[in-house]
Amino acid sequence: MNLAASLRIALIALRVNALRSALAMLGVVIGVASVIVLVSISEGTKQAVEEQIASFGANLLIIRPGSSMFGGRRGGAGTADPLTDGDVEALRTQIAGVAGASGEVTTSSAVVFGGANWTTRIVGINPDYLSARGWEIDQGRSFSAAEEAAGRRYAIVGQTIISELFDGASPIGQSLRIGGQPFEVIGTVMERGDNNWGQDQDDVIFAPLNTIRQRFGAGVRVTQRDGVQTVFVDIAPGENNARVIEDIQDLLRIRRDIQPGAEDNFFVGNLAEFIRAQNETESQLGLLLAVGAGIVLLVGGIGIMNIMLVSVTERTREIGLRLAVGARRRDVRNQFLIESIVLCLIGGLAGLVVGVGGTLVYAEVGELEIAINPLIVAIAIGASALVGVFFGFYPAHRASRLDPIEALRFE
Amino acid sequence: MSALIACRDLVRVYTMGDQTVRALDGVSVDIEAGEYVAVTGASGSGKSTFMNMLGALDRPDSGSLHIAGEDLLALDADRLAAFRNRTIGFVFQQFNLLSRTSALENAALPLVYAGVPAAERRKRAMARLEQVGLGDRSDHQPNQLSGGQQQRVAIARGLVNDPKILLADEPTGALDSRTSDDIMAIFDQLNREGITIIVVTHEQEVADHARRQIVFRDGRIVEDRQ
Repeated sequence: MNLAASLRIALIALRVNALRSALAMLGVVIGVASVIVLVSISEGTKQAVEEQIASFGANLLIIRPGSSMFGGRRGGAGTADPLTDGDVEALRTQIAGVAGASGEVTTSSAVVFGGANWTTRIVGINPDYLSARGWEIDQGRSFSAAEEAAGRRYAIVGQTIISELFDGASPIGQSLRIGGQPFEVIGTVMERGDNNWGQDQDDVIFAPLNTIRQRFGAGVRVTQRDGVQTVFVDIAPGENNARVIEDIQDLLRIRRDIQPGAEDNFFVGNLAEFIRAQNETESQLGLLLAVGAGIVLLVGGIGIMNIMLVSVTERTREIGLRLAVGARRRDVRNQFLIESIVLCLIGGLAGLVVGVGGTLVYAEVGELEIAINPLIVAIAIGASALVGVFFGFYPAHRASRLDPIEALRFE
Repeated sequence: MSALIACRDLVRVYTMGDQTVRALDGVSVDIEAGEYVAVTGASGSGKSTFMNMLGALDRPDSGSLHIAGEDLLALDADRLAAFRNRTIGFVFQQFNLLSRTSALENAALPLVYAGVPAAERRKRAMARLEQVGLGDRSDHQPNQLSGGQQQRVAIARGLVNDPKILLADEPTGALDSRTSDDIMAIFDQLNREGITIIVVTHEQEVADHARRQIVFRDGRIVEDRQ
């Protein structure tokens, strides 16, 4: 017996008991739908995390001074001596696998252009900074190390600055005043949007670190005129992060003159790993929900098995007749197996529709990130077919083992 | 040239609880091609068991059984299925038509398992429905047909794969006497056209249509008259 004939028989049999068939497949519908909702949400979360990581710079280390120690009294976070230009230079040049290193000092200042003014974040940076943090130049250019060393008053502005001060017109070559001092706009950076905690990342002006430190005293301490507040290190792709971090710690311990056995008075963090770790808990929750969806599918499968057993019993005479007129046992088995698979596949497709709908509703109501991957079609079909085969096999096998004589006499 | 059906010392024993019943107790009989045989006997005489043997639905515990040159005891389950499909046409007391399935598709059912393409299945089933006088009812479902019409669909189904033998088990048992006559007339005609017909019945009127009567009692043939 060929597949087309088996499919027709299956569809007729399912249609005869349409309500019963629909109820039997409900478990599969719900199971597949919940798998799809889960997959879409966990994919969405993963994508959001990766986007967030990409917006920080994919392989970015952040280094900050730790707590000071003065005669046994610990000073708290950030009280130790700041890292210096020399540290940044050493990190850039002395450690294998470092693609770039940059200091950062930040301050806030009023910015004036023509009749418009705006208070924004001023970030003093080394030339490596923009690529390390994943900022791309939109118009104009960045500045060189020599220009930074010379203390040039150059500004690279974010998109919010363009809209607030320049009415969206190109600011390249314009002169704006930061804290009363003239800066020439030499570049703009691409739009990046809000970060995770809702801060507008485009509301920013980048300028040479040395310039900002000299002119605004940002990051400057009495003891140290070449300090920076934060250091970012960009690890080259394919490098062993742990090894690079270890090398950095060794280097900084020597440069900061920390005795063996003493605690580091600086902190090296990996932003990407931090964010991923934060999301670990979420993915464990996802695993729990996946187990739940699996249980629903299991229960759905048992429902399918139940209804197939009922169907086999009801159609005992039909089975007997088919065996009498020449059906082989495997023809009978395949017929019921196909019926079970068709039942589950219809349930799976309904589950796909319900799941996608549910995902969209969930995204709307829960304001959660979702990603509807075309792969879910394969998941829906695969999962439901598997349930159909697994739970349909026993009833189908039972049908195929019936004694034709008794089956024909069955009332 | 051996007979179409050759049975030698067929024994079939059923065990029910601690009781054994010898449903067939040494049955030997030859049936030639083209014969019209009635198998009669009281309920429990073994005639139904004999019928199941001839239909390759059951196997004897001992003895030998050759039909159309095949040694039935030597065939495995799949080859028995193919044997039933090609060599035997069944007609049952309760018709055993598939509900919600047209007369045409019911008649074509054996061809599905014979691997005949759909278009040819329809053609051959239609020809058989016309032969039993139901050419105009081919799209009717069993519940739209009378008992006699349903049995005629079942006969068309029995004939559709050109079997050598038509086995009818109480074919008129569920029909009134007038309809029974119509059905038996069809069997008579089919036999005149050359097909071997074996009818199991307890009704003497039905048995009288046959040219040979085999009577069973207690698992044995007690009478075999032409």
